[in-house]
Amino acid sequence: MKISYYPGCTLKNHAKNFEDSTICSLNALGVEVEELSRWNCCGTVFSLTTDDLIHHVAPIRNLIRVKEANYDKVMTVCAMCYNTLKRANERIKSDPESLDILNNFMDREEVQYEGDVQVFHLLEFLKDEIGFKNLAKKVVKPLKKLKVASYYGCLLVRPKEIGFDDMENPTILDDLMNELGAKSVDFPFKTECCGAYQTVDKPEIIADRTNQILTSAREKGAEIVVVSCPLCAFNLDQRQKKTAEKYPEFKHIPVLYFTQPLAIALGCPEESLRFDLNFIDPKPILKEKGLI
Amino acid sequence: MRINLSRKQIRNSFVDKVQELSGQNLLACYQCGKCSAGCPAVEDMDILPNQIIRYAQLGLKKELLASKAIWICASCLTCNARCPKGINIAEVIEALRQILLRNRKDHLKVEKLSDKEKEDIPPIALICSMRKFTS
Repeated sequence: MKISYYPGCTLKNHAKNFEDSTICSLNALGVEVEELSRWNCCGTVFSLTTDDLIHHVAPIRNLIRVKEANYDKVMTVCAMCYNTLKRANERIKSDPESLDILNNFMDREEVQYEGDVQVFHLLEFLKDEIGFKNLAKKVVKPLKKLKVASYYGCLLVRPKEIGFDDMENPTILDDLMNELGAKSVDFPFKTECCGAYQTVDKPEIIADRTNQILTSAREKGAEIVVVSCPLCAFNLDQRQKKTAEKYPEFKHIPVLYFTQPLAIALGCPEESLRFDLNFIDPKPILKEKGLI
Repeated sequence: MRINLSRKQIRNSFVDKVQELSGQNLLACYQCGKCSAGCPAVEDMDILPNQIIRYAQLGLKKELLASKAIWICASCLTCNARCPKGINIAEVIEALRQILLRNRKDHLKVEKLSDKEKEDIPPIALICSMRKFTS
C-alpha cells in the first residue's frame, strides 16, 4: 500500500523525531509513504471569520498538489495541519460559491479543485485502514509496563465536524497505546488547551498550563505523555524549563510523539526515534523498562 | 466598573459587524455561562467569554476592543463545543480581534522577539502567532 503524505513545516525541523518515527513505523507495517513533491504552508490556523477567503488559498493549494500527484487522499500527522487542511476542505465543499472564487483566484493552477481530496490523520489510518488488532500482531517489542498518558489537545477532536473521536472523552490514542502493550493512564486534562501559540509572547501562560496538565498526568501514574501536535509538544516538553522556574515543585516528565513508542514497538532502529530532539530525555525510563 | 448603555449603542453597526464576521447570532445567548466554566484561559481574562457575548449584544465596542481577554483566547474551541445554543464563541472573539487587526493594530510585535527566541520557537508557533495576532 502506498499513501500520499503532507508533512508541514515543523516536521522538517523541530519535529523531525515525529516525521522519522512516523515513516519508520509505516514502513514496518508495509506502507510506503510518498511525500508530496511540492507543498506549501497549510495556513497553520483555520480562518474563523466568514469573509476571510484568502487564507483558505494555502490549504487548498496543497490539496491541488495531491491531485497532481494522482492521489485522492492525503495523510497528515501534525494535528494543526490536519485541522487546517480538513476544515478548509470542508468549508469549500459546503460552499460552492467560495470554491469558485478560490479557483478563479488561483487561475494559474492547471488543476481545478472540486473538493475531491480527502484529508486524513495517521491515527485514523492506523485504526480504520490497518486496524489496531492487525497492528498489534506486528508488535515485536511490547511496551510492557510503560504507563502512558495520552494528551489529545484541541485540534484532533474539535470541532466535531472534523474530529475523529469523542470531543470530550477521546480514547483513540489510549486504545493505540494499549494495543502496543502499554498501560494507558486516563487523566482529566487530556483535551485541555496547552496555550498554543501564546508560547511566543506569553510563555508564562504556558508554564501554568504545562504545570497543570503534566502534574495531573503524573499524579495519575503516567511515566510518559504522548502527543500528536508539534506545538503541544513544544509547550509540554521544551517549556518544562520555564514551568520549573515558575513552579519549583514541578516534576519533569518525558513528552513523546505517539509515533515514537509506536516505532519502538514495531522494532524501528533507535536512529529513527531521534530522541536528541526531545527536551526531557525519555531514554532513562525507556531503558528502565527494557525498551531501548 | 460603570457601564453606560444606550439604544444608540445597541443599534450600532459594530454589533452587525461582529455578527457578520463571526457568522453568529449574538441574541441566541441566554447567559448560562458554560463557555466561561470550561474555558482554560479565564484566569488570565479581564472579561470572561459569556461576558464578551453580553458586551457584544450591547454594542460595548470600546470595552471589548480594549480588553485583554480577546488576545488571551487561543481558539481552543472548548466553548464552542459546550454551548447549548450552538453559538461559536471563539468566532465572536476572532471577529473582535479582526476588527482591530484590519485597522493595522497588531498585537504581536514580531520585531521585539530576539534571534534566540526565533530560533528556539518552532515555525508552527511563530506562524500561528503571526496569523492570529498581526494584520
